[in-house]
Amino acid sequence: MAKRSAPEVNAGSMADIAFLLLIFFLVTTTIETDSGISRKLPPIDETEQDIVMKQKNILTVLINKDDQLLVKDDLMELKDLRQAAIDFLDNGGGVGEEACDYCRGAGDPTSSDNPEKAVISLQNDRSTSYKMYIAVQNELVAAYNELREREAQRLFGKSYYTMEKNFADANWRGNKEKLKEELDIIKNMFPQKLSEAEPKKRGSL
Amino acid sequence: MSKFKKKSGGGTPGISTASLPDIVFMLLFFFMVVTVMRENTLMVENKLPTANQVEKLDKKTLVMYIYAGKPSPPYQAKFGTEARIQLNDKFADVKDIQAFIQNERDSRREEEVPFLTTALKVDSETNMGLISDIKQELREVNALKINYTTREGDIQLNFQ
Repeated sequence: MAKRSAPEVNAGSMADIAFLLLIFFLVTTTIETDSGISRKLPPIDETEQDIVMKQKNILTVLINKDDQLLVKDDLMELKDLRQAAIDFLDNGGGVGEEACDYCRGAGDPTSSDNPEKAVISLQNDRSTSYKMYIAVQNELVAAYNELREREAQRLFGKSYYTMEKNFADANWRGNKEKLKEELDIIKNMFPQKLSEAEPKKRGSL
Repeated sequence: MSKFKKKSGGGTPGISTASLPDIVFMLLFFFMVVTVMRENTLMVENKLPTANQVEKLDKKTLVMYIYAGKPSPPYQAKFGTEARIQLNDKFADVKDIQAFIQNERDSRREEEVPFLTTALKVDSETNMGLISDIKQELREVNALKINYTTREGDIQLNFQ
């Protein structure tokens, strides 16, 4: 019998099939957002003891049920919060042992002694909206980041944001240990001390 | 006799589409690779708030997700419009969180447990009361690392 050549497969419809699959994947793809503001919750401590803190070292930020912002009992706009937090943290009003040699704030004796002592206390109502809460959190983190950026530029001539990015990047070629040391120095200069009280029911406020 | 014959007949030559399948396949593979199939179907509205001071969660296997928000329209008849929590594929109550966390911990290797992070994917219109309850429950089970998942963008976008 004569050898028959195999018939060629018509590949003309391949493009159509591929298109069909492509459109399916295009539609189903959701680029997952997996970034956000990381926080650490305070552990539940049975033997809770009250730590005595000077009132001037605490910046109370309260968001009421109508999403209004009260900083130290004064009404404030969201856009002014960052600067207010920076002024508070960077005040450096302490004297003697509590003096802060890298602060550039006003040195107001009625505001915080030094960044290590300064605590921002964030309080919210049960009816506060989540978006407002996130916006406030974001501004407070931004205040810390801005101060850290300033110190990073001053001490190491590098940007804090790039340092953080490099540290998180697994492909970064550089001395990670040294980078971590530098980051720790900066973080200790302005430690993030954000305390969150459990929300209180505040009707009229 | 001339070797260089003038091409007869005008008209533009057709564009070859032979490489079209290759191009399409390339795109196809790209989307196939980047697609992450959702692990659980969302039953709550989930319009995340925006923030610009975000950190990335790198290890996806070490993240537990808690969703919260208003039930989406198909479920509103049954569950109302009050914001609720969703764990895995079901609506849940605040008191279910502890069991959920315990479950997630058991399904992971022991040495991974301390690095587990809880990602809160909460709709921006939710009240803080619910979130405080969640946080309180998380404190009870000692799951202290949390992450408020947000989209990246200016915070003013939240209030539009």
